[in-house]
Amino acid sequence: MKYIDEFNDPELARRLLDEIRTTATRPWALMEVCGGQTHSIIRHGIDQLLPEQVELIHGPGCPVCVTPLDVIDKALEIAARPEVIFCSFGDMLRVPGTDRDLFRVKGEGGDVRVVYSPLDALELARRNPDRQVVFFAIGFETTAPANAMAVHRARREGLGNFSLLVSHVRVPPAIEAIMTAPACRVQGFLAAGHVCSVMGTAEYPGLADRFGVPIVVTGFEPLDILEGIRRTVRQLELGEHRVENAYPRAVRDDGNPAAVRMIEEVFEVTDRNWRGIGPIPASGWRLSEAFRAYDAEHRFDVAGIRTEEPAECRSGEVLQGLIKPTECAAFGTTCTPRTPLGATMVSSEGACAAYYLYRRMNAPATQGARPAAEEMNPVA
Amino acid sequence: MPEPLTDVVDPAAWTCPAPLRDQPVVVMGHGGGGALSAELMEHVFTPAYGNSTLAALTDSAVLELGGARLAFSTDSYVVRPLFFPGGCLGDLAVNGTVNDLAMSGARPAFLSAAFVLEEGVELAVVERIARAMGAASEAAGVTIATGDTKVVESGHGDGVYVTTAGVGLVPAGVDIRPQRARPGDVVIVSGPIGLHGVAIMSVREGLEFGVEVTSDSAPLADLVAAMLAVAPDVHVLRDPTRGGLAASLNEIARASGTGVRLSERAVPVPDAVANACGFLGLDPLYVANEGRLVAFVPPSAAEEVLAAMRAHPHGAEAVVIGECVAEHPGMVVVATGLGGTRVVDLPLGEQLPRIC
Repeated sequence: MKYIDEFNDPELARRLLDEIRTTATRPWALMEVCGGQTHSIIRHGIDQLLPEQVELIHGPGCPVCVTPLDVIDKALEIAARPEVIFCSFGDMLRVPGTDRDLFRVKGEGGDVRVVYSPLDALELARRNPDRQVVFFAIGFETTAPANAMAVHRARREGLGNFSLLVSHVRVPPAIEAIMTAPACRVQGFLAAGHVCSVMGTAEYPGLADRFGVPIVVTGFEPLDILEGIRRTVRQLELGEHRVENAYPRAVRDDGNPAAVRMIEEVFEVTDRNWRGIGPIPASGWRLSEAFRAYDAEHRFDVAGIRTEEPAECRSGEVLQGLIKPTECAAFGTTCTPRTPLGATMVSSEGACAAYYLYRRMNAPATQGARPAAEEMNPVA
Repeated sequence: MPEPLTDVVDPAAWTCPAPLRDQPVVVMGHGGGGALSAELMEHVFTPAYGNSTLAALTDSAVLELGGARLAFSTDSYVVRPLFFPGGCLGDLAVNGTVNDLAMSGARPAFLSAAFVLEEGVELAVVERIARAMGAASEAAGVTIATGDTKVVESGHGDGVYVTTAGVGLVPAGVDIRPQRARPGDVVIVSGPIGLHGVAIMSVREGLEFGVEVTSDSAPLADLVAAMLAVAPDVHVLRDPTRGGLAASLNEIARASGTGVRLSERAVPVPDAVANACGFLGLDPLYVANEGRLVAFVPPSAAEEVLAAMRAHPHGAEAVVIGECVAEHPGMVVVATGLGGTRVVDLPLGEQLPRIC
């Protein structure tokens, strides 16, 4: 854990904050693309420590939040079938569909299981040849290679009882959609390090040039995020808009070529609906023709399910960085993690959930007031 | 030049609702020790039983009976797998009830043990669990005085369930309830947190975290007696089991109407627990413990209590992790390592591993 502790060092954090403070001479609005970064920022209180000129806008990079309602409803319908073992990452279980969630289906007798990898779901398919095993393949470029690997192996092994319900999304088209939205205020991006560790950085220089925005590849620990902010602000102050890699311990320019090859073999680019945002062209992946037989939508004949989302919550605007969660009238009143109106309040990476969990009170400023650990342990 | 996306992305359609209906069926979260568990108590059990003793919602009820002050508690154990590093269902069933009694300051004396066995379970497994219960009760100084056995058909259980109930005597002058927390109280935890939850996850899910993590399962009555010997006025004790430290501290904050303020850097999280939680996207504050306690102690007694805890094997690594405050009543707030703050809420149900 020493390795992680090094990226939490309060003294280094203070020095980075000082440098950001002296560098920023004007107001700048930066978007962290990834929900994992949003969570880390709020959890560690980084937004409270930044100078007033630097505003962080939370981006759409929460895979759970952006999975569209009709796909959730398809998942619920498939999971409720008696012949199906429905496998999902844990944080999808509480996301509301039209009238229930996967927990509810499980409570009503559906065989819904939390797995940590699609390969675990594949193992379940091997061990249960008389059941249909479906894996809920959602997420960004980070989860796509392992999902591709699972379906690739299923075909190689001739497993006829394994399939994927696919709702993969891609980051670069989302950045494009954000930058072309009329009310966009974003001036620079902290790109998601985990996505770039798979895909590399080749997709970003064109975006940086076209929209004149710095894009800095950033990790997830507090110091990673502060370093990403420092570099983005520095570029903005100098009038530059380059792609920089501030996460070299995980990201190479060419990413992970083997993972990319696996994605390209199994998936093909498609238009996707983003929950709360709407359709974004070429922003997703679906199974390619050669693997279409492993597509759960077709295997269970749910491709026709269409749902309408009533216009009650503003999480779409939150996902676009147009408002902060607390600017929504429903925040913390009719919309809480217990009674969520939108997925951003459910997901552990959702911006609304992060604000609700960590910022429901006006916590007193604590810089300098916090007793050191040793002061709190008089008999140390 | 690609097609401008403003033509296809309509900001007016950027909405994302879908109210989740109240759960009309039991879901796993109802047993998670968080908000759903509390709602089950509040809306189903407490109104049905209707009495002030139950309404206190303490780990064990303290009853006046025949001139004695009796602590009384029960708990069911449904852990899977039955055997894990550092313990098994049997010692958990003894230590859990012993600790619930100890958290009211009682000296546990007698336990009951009720088994629900699933048809097909090997008798050797049952025997191993029973022997573990015998050894754990001897170590905790309690007698298993009565019991019961039922068998359910194959497929209607999960191997072995054990329910234990226990009684013990509360010494005169000792009054330990969550309502007694006061601003100024020093908050002490008896040792590293999260070990039990991570040990169970490592065997249940087949995950490895570099080193073997062993459950902290242990009886705490002796440790509590040592604390009370130097400071009979300990205000609150709680063993942070399901829902972890976060759930226990929230319950105390709400019951007492005070705030709790923790220092993140002071909370003892072992490397292996931090690694596992980082990997799974879980917060160690919410991970279960089975051999830890959290104490709210008047500031004048804090040093003595801490010294007494550290002199005991089950409290050797006790540390101060925060204080009870008048600000933000009913809430738990953590000062982060970097100098920010965040709220630590009651968990909703169980923590869910994240996607990436």
